[in-house]
Amino acid sequence: MANLLEVQNATKRFGSFTALHDVSIQVPRGSIFGLLGPNGAGKTTLIRIINQITLPDQGSVYLDNELLKKEHIKDIGYLPEERGLYKSMKVGEQALYLAQLKGLSKREAKERLTYWFDKFDITHWWNKKIQELSKGMAQKVQFIVTVLHRPKLLIFDEPFSGFDPINANVIKDEILQLRDEGATVIFSTHRMESVEELCDHIALINKSKKILEGKVSDIKRAYKSNTFEVGLRTENSNDLYNDLKNKFDVSPAHFKTIDEQLKLKITLNQNTESNQLLGYLSDKAQVMRFNEVIPGVNEIFIKSITENE
Amino acid sequence: MSNLKLIIKREFIARVRNRTFVVMTFLSPLIFVGMISLITWLATLNNDEIREIAFFDETGMFASDFKNSDNINYIDYSNLPLNDAKDSVIIKSLYGLLYIPKKESNRELAKSVQFYADEAPNISILNDIENVIEGKLTNQNFESKGLDLQMIEDSKAKVNILIENFSGEKTSKMTNYIKMFFGGAAGYFLMMFIIIYGNMVMRSVIEEKANRIIEIIISSVKPLQLMMGKILGTSFAGILQFIIWVILGSILLFVATSIFGVNPQPAAGIDPSSVLQEDLQQEVQLVLQDILKLPLGTLVLAFFVYFIGGYFLYSSIYAAIGAAVDSETDSQQFMLPIILPLMLGIYVGFFSVIENPHGTVSTVFSMIPLTSPIVMLMRIPFGVSWWEVLISILLLFGSIIFMIWLAGKIYRVGILMYGKKPSYKELFKWLKY
Repeated sequence: MANLLEVQNATKRFGSFTALHDVSIQVPRGSIFGLLGPNGAGKTTLIRIINQITLPDQGSVYLDNELLKKEHIKDIGYLPEERGLYKSMKVGEQALYLAQLKGLSKREAKERLTYWFDKFDITHWWNKKIQELSKGMAQKVQFIVTVLHRPKLLIFDEPFSGFDPINANVIKDEILQLRDEGATVIFSTHRMESVEELCDHIALINKSKKILEGKVSDIKRAYKSNTFEVGLRTENSNDLYNDLKNKFDVSPAHFKTIDEQLKLKITLNQNTESNQLLGYLSDKAQVMRFNEVIPGVNEIFIKSITENE
Repeated sequence: MSNLKLIIKREFIARVRNRTFVVMTFLSPLIFVGMISLITWLATLNNDEIREIAFFDETGMFASDFKNSDNINYIDYSNLPLNDAKDSVIIKSLYGLLYIPKKESNRELAKSVQFYADEAPNISILNDIENVIEGKLTNQNFESKGLDLQMIEDSKAKVNILIENFSGEKTSKMTNYIKMFFGGAAGYFLMMFIIIYGNMVMRSVIEEKANRIIEIIISSVKPLQLMMGKILGTSFAGILQFIIWVILGSILLFVATSIFGVNPQPAAGIDPSSVLQEDLQQEVQLVLQDILKLPLGTLVLAFFVYFIGGYFLYSSIYAAIGAAVDSETDSQQFMLPIILPLMLGIYVGFFSVIENPHGTVSTVFSMIPLTSPIVMLMRIPFGVSWWEVLISILLLFGSIIFMIWLAGKIYRVGILMYGKKPSYKELFKWLKY
């Protein structure tokens, strides 16, 4: 099967509060999967279920076509949103301990740690205590611990919060490389635009329910409205505007230009091709800008929520 | 290595490496010995003071009876006028002036002896003086009635009741005190251990929660496993500390006895006639015999069983509390269910058990799991039938399993809850999650 992870109809209640309602997701092998939704939507609960931290009240989880079981712990690497390490324990000891808890032997763990510490050029941190390191430094150690046991599935909850742009890039590159080496990655975040470019699949969760899931390109295709953003240079912008308004569905657009332009968003009906519009426009004015408006995940999210309600 | 072993090892090392642990382990015996030495020294310091007491004896009968002792010097002011005597006592700042007026009869004299002093005089000194005067007057009364003092002395009988049990073994009158001491010490020690090490477990849980490492850990191990690892690892640290204390204590005791030259076998020939000395020696031997006759094996065994049981019972509660709160200050509101039964155990032990070791109160509290470790330990030196101990232990271990299950449920939910202080009601809800 092409999916590494499948969650089927997972429901979790805490008392009278339903944290997750009948949620199913399918994470294709080797993909980068974005689990998106606002704060409190149920993302973390879902991740905890995948990590076997909490058990679902209903539903089941399959990893690699097998019902989730204890042995799968070593196949998953999880970087929680709330990150921390033992403050008064030395970096090296701590990393060794956490790696051994994931089932690595001490020797193995040490070899791999040496590799990663070398790679990040942090070998001299080995005997330091976490309390001597900055937050960003500690996050690097946490990242190493998350990926050290070479899990099939990597789960990052709010992956880039707390990293400065440079380190965020370093981490991003490492994650992409791990993906290329065969790992499947789940990003969970409420800052949807931050992972938009990385993900090839997404699921949107709102108020404990999944409202959308699929390939990013498919979703965008489904949500685009045949709208084009145009910038026109013309002597007589008022006349042109009135003319266009009579023929098309027009609304003002906002983007930056260096000279005076008529900026519009033009939505075409299903039967009209973009070339027809372009031809019409080029007769009337100088076309400086012409591109299709592709909705961002944020817009899709807002739209799909309003559609659902 | 299995995860439980890894956790135990980490917890153990984290506890043992802690600076407070090291300091406490090595300093406590020193502080303890130091305190004892200080108290002993202060006590001898007090006794070394020699008090000078003047006496003004109008009768002229007692001068030879006031003999200087180790801490009292008597000065005879009978030749001075009374006022001069008073003045010079004040000027020389003597301890006091004893005034024995001349009276018609001994009966009146006995009522009119006075002691002048600025401070309230020491009771034991007054007792000594009273004894001297009383003895003298009694003897005079005997003589005036024509009784022979020697005959009276010879006809005095001295009775010392020997206590034996029905199997014919002699015991000393100290037996009950010894039993109390051993039981009390064991119970008290147990309580201290539970509080100190239970708190350590709780702090360690809170630390993981506050550090936010908890979610990383429990994505690798089961919460119950983590909790048990914590409790076990911490208890091993406690046992290590205990062993070090015992070793250090024995060394210090050995050093102390060889320095102060305490010799358990008094040299032969010294004061052979002193009956008092002989009695005392016999008493000491009986006390030693009594200690050896205590069910020491049972006591040690019971100590370990109740120690382990009590520790597990309470530390699982401590772990649950640690999981429920965000910081140590928040934990105060949940301390009552721990401190209350512990204090109850100690009070029942010290009041009820000593009064009546096998009474209803003592028996009931030595069965209730939360108090049984302390109360039963205090009862055991008085002899408890094996089936009572068995029931108590079974109840204890049964409730440990229940408590660990309960604490595990609260722990599992609590470690992932941040932000709000839960109420008891909410804790109860967590059990159902």
